[in-house]
Amino acid sequence: MWMIWKSLMSETDLLLWTRGPGFQWALGLFLLGMALRGFELFSLGRRRDLAAPRAHSPGSGWRTIFTRSLPKWSTWRRTPATPLIAYGFHIGFFATLFLFPPHIQLALNIFGFSWPGLPSPLIDALALLTLLAVAGLAAGRLLDPVKRLISGFDDYAVLVLSALPLLTGYFAFHHQILSYTLMLALHILSAELLLALMPFTSLVHFATLLVARWYNGDIAGRKGVAS
Amino acid sequence: MSASFERGYHALMEVIDAPVASFFMSCVHCGLCAQACLFYTETGDPQYTPIYKLEPLKKVWLHEYTLFGRISSRLGLSKKLTDEELAAWSPLVYDSCTLCGRCSMVCPVGNDIAYMVRKIREGMAAAGHAPQGVIEATQRTIRLGSPMGIKLQALQTQIRAQEAETGLTIPIDQQSADYLALLSSMEIINFPEYLGSLARIFKQAGVSWTLSSEAFEATNSGIQIGVSDIAREIVLKIVNAAEKLQVRSVISPECGHAFTALRWEGPNLIGRPYNFAVVHILELLDQLRAEGRIKTDGQLDTPLTFHDPCQIARRGGVIEQPRRLLGEVAADFREMEDAGVMNWCCGGGGGVSANPRAEAIMIKAFKRKKDQLEATGAHTLVTACANCRIVIEEGLEAYDMNVKVIGLTELVAEHLKQEETS
Repeated sequence: MWMIWKSLMSETDLLLWTRGPGFQWALGLFLLGMALRGFELFSLGRRRDLAAPRAHSPGSGWRTIFTRSLPKWSTWRRTPATPLIAYGFHIGFFATLFLFPPHIQLALNIFGFSWPGLPSPLIDALALLTLLAVAGLAAGRLLDPVKRLISGFDDYAVLVLSALPLLTGYFAFHHQILSYTLMLALHILSAELLLALMPFTSLVHFATLLVARWYNGDIAGRKGVAS
Repeated sequence: MSASFERGYHALMEVIDAPVASFFMSCVHCGLCAQACLFYTETGDPQYTPIYKLEPLKKVWLHEYTLFGRISSRLGLSKKLTDEELAAWSPLVYDSCTLCGRCSMVCPVGNDIAYMVRKIREGMAAAGHAPQGVIEATQRTIRLGSPMGIKLQALQTQIRAQEAETGLTIPIDQQSADYLALLSSMEIINFPEYLGSLARIFKQAGVSWTLSSEAFEATNSGIQIGVSDIAREIVLKIVNAAEKLQVRSVISPECGHAFTALRWEGPNLIGRPYNFAVVHILELLDQLRAEGRIKTDGQLDTPLTFHDPCQIARRGGVIEQPRRLLGEVAADFREMEDAGVMNWCCGGGGGVSANPRAEAIMIKAFKRKKDQLEATGAHTLVTACANCRIVIEEGLEAYDMNVKVIGLTELVAEHLKQEETS
């Protein structure tokens, strides 16, 4: 199978495909998917609230969008591991994505602007830590009875989807397992897979949580509560 | 209309709106809501995880309102919600959720889970899966106009008793009074002193008020069971009475769900804004205090603590008022850990205390309140919801605790300056 594949497409061909049509497909699916999910969400609408809101309220939808990024003290106190691992994952993932010098170089090539990054060895270590956080998230899903009960295929799939770009990126950087060209192609491919599937998995929370938090904050804010 | 699965399914479809869709789309199944729910923390049973209680609603959303869900259900790749599933979820939706909304405060993606439990109950009730105790209370409301079956004569008896007790007249059907006062069923039956307290406070403050013989109860079991048609009728009765008497404001009693029903859900249920204001009694008392219209005398030296009723604090925004009022009358007020908007429920709100099926788990969940209470070292607990009060008293008895429970309005009335009341 591999031989057939190889005869049809060289490593360089694959790399070129991921950089060209592959990326276009992924971006297209992402945009189409986001439009679909947006339509699914907003087409349902919401009835106007006829109850008079409080004249003064400490809460609002906008406020909750920001404040929900910090766990309540009662959450920290009862279960520090979940927010800690989640923070570790999100910070690590976004740092490797946006602060790795070659990624910034890519942005410069495409968009024509760049920003300061972190030294590669630091990102390297961060990638490992982020992978560790993914393992932690997976362990939590499998071991914690609450998480296990409410987890479905999607929840495990998104862990694999998020881990693949980190793993392939790490191996490509270290020239391990496969040739650099092939590993880099797989790295880009895995990132494209993540991008394309984002709207259709629970990863869509990256965008919808802004809406959910806004509604939550608005519902509470009208009643005079900062949620 | 008789209950059926089709009606239930249809009701579930009806209640799904953009917020619900945004909540289900955003959930990453992190399980943090479990840690905010006293039914989970006191049992350790994962089925009480708040978001899990919404599985049937989520299924309907997926199948009816997402493209992939629609395709897969039309192709027979995924199973539709069944009546058995819905029935199996009834205990999770009614017995182990008080709609306290604590989970809605901690969800990192911002899901208002209590908002959705309130909605799923509409489907449950329409499918005939509401618990018997709550159904009976609702039937009494339809038949007799009162969930506990209280008739006007019972109120009149209590009025006479309180008039004798206080030496004051309790006005009824007074045209163009400023305020129409309402009572909760529990207050009429168990805590009639609330009525006497109102009479004394309003006398001193010079508040023009009245009761109505047509609408004296604010308890709304339609909200608790999840039948908006009934909830609407109960609200309408009050609205009609208020408009007929031409009052400026309606006072919601010391009852959590009554406040939610009247203040926040009411206008949406009847489909128009009110032409009068709705205030909770604690809001009014605090306003009178700020205006210097009620003056208190002497302070309780014994340590006391305050239990925030969920619907009044977290879901109602009345948080500082009780503290300011307590500041006037209590020398040793001790705040519970997690007080205010993050307070723990008594365990019996949202229809749980009216549901015999939930009795055991309600007492189990009360352990949270017990621990909170014990940590303060206080043996007097003040609250502002007749239902909380009954549940707390039951819990205290079950755990053999020596704690006195008082209503805040009553406490204020007890400390009114004597010369001005006479």
